[in-house]
Amino acid sequence: RQRTRPQLLRAENTMLNTSTKTPTGGFSFENTRRNAVLEANLSEKGYSAPNARKTGTTIAGLIFKDGVILGADTRATDDMVVADKNCMKIHYIAPKIYCCGAGVAADAEVTTQMMSSNVELHSLSTGRPPLVAMVTRQLKQMLFRYQGHIGSSLIVGGVDVNGPQLYSVYPHGSYDKLPFLTMGSGAASAVSVFEDRYKPNMELEEAKQLVRDAITAGIFCDLGSGSNVDLCVITEKTVDYLRGYDQPVQKGLREGTYRYKPGTTAVLTKTVTPLTLDVVDESVQVMDTE
Amino acid sequence: MCFVQNTRGLRSQLKDSVPVTGLCPQAGPYGVQDSLRRGFSSVKNELLPSHPLELSEKNFQLNQDKMNFNTLRNIQGLHAPLKLQMEYRAARQIQRLPFLPSSNLALDTLRGTDDTIGFEDILNDPVLSEVMGDPHIMTEYKLGVL
Repeated sequence: RQRTRPQLLRAENTMLNTSTKTPTGGFSFENTRRNAVLEANLSEKGYSAPNARKTGTTIAGLIFKDGVILGADTRATDDMVVADKNCMKIHYIAPKIYCCGAGVAADAEVTTQMMSSNVELHSLSTGRPPLVAMVTRQLKQMLFRYQGHIGSSLIVGGVDVNGPQLYSVYPHGSYDKLPFLTMGSGAASAVSVFEDRYKPNMELEEAKQLVRDAITAGIFCDLGSGSNVDLCVITEKTVDYLRGYDQPVQKGLREGTYRYKPGTTAVLTKTVTPLTLDVVDESVQVMDTE
Repeated sequence: MCFVQNTRGLRSQLKDSVPVTGLCPQAGPYGVQDSLRRGFSSVKNELLPSHPLELSEKNFQLNQDKMNFNTLRNIQGLHAPLKLQMEYRAARQIQRLPFLPSSNLALDTLRGTDDTIGFEDILNDPVLSEVMGDPHIMTEYKLGVL
């Protein structure tokens, strides 16, 4: 019985690969060697490969009398250039649980979206509203699995049956549970404000002012943070997402104008050359507007 | 039965038992390098993984299963992992033809991954891939004829 060798390109327009492994999903490490060689070649010539865009952030969280307040700035940087002046760093995870993300922007975004889906599936499967501790546990297990290559630091805050809680998770998978937390490149500036003025069981307005001041300190003292302050107030009854709560950095107004009056430059000579164009071909195409 | 992720350090049991597949010398069935199917060989490719996570990701599910079965054996006795592994083997046999993507629904349900979303569901989903394995070669490989 004759059997012809299958060709690589078939009439059905599917490419065939000759490996015998069944394909699996997830990360593919096929190109890592090629990328390493390319990067070595580029750096020999003096160029560098593009970097992942980091958020260069100040994020902060605080537990007050009735719940949790999360705050973040809104600048995303790409090495030394501001890539996004108004990005959202406070992500939704569950109706009463929100998460601020710092570090590599894409990692933080995808991590929080996956967490949100997982939390929803889990709470459908258990039939109970999700716990903040559950979100933290899944996050830290996932980040530890990838050994810090997923560069996202997160502050998870929310209200569940155990009351208001605040956790911070680092890219390698460690976590902290504290009454106030800051992360990102502006963390040092923000935490100094917290250390100075934090008291347990603060009132809502006082707590909002304190978080706003901490994020503003990060915006002014850190190059990687800027633009507006976003706040998210989570209590047992409501969630208030205050986008653009404060805009401490306003764009300045120009003092003078650089426009010149018409006639400032004298015209010395003027030559007019008409271009004669002949009609070569004329065609009419009816547009089908039905 | 659904396992929670086991975070107890059972590293000592993992060290000798994880097979380092995919990084052995690329010998074909006759003991010689199989250039047609596995490409050119190089010593560096075979000895070192190209990315620190490559090995751990390749064996992740295996390691998780091993740790879970070990804990189960310590808590409930040998019968529990034996029964479960029998069910896993049965579920693993429910597949479509080798070159078509299988849903593995029974296996997912047993493992408890039918209600979790990970990177293996988002990135490189085999259902959406533009290339497929050669039907003849994959069936021959599966049947052991190749």
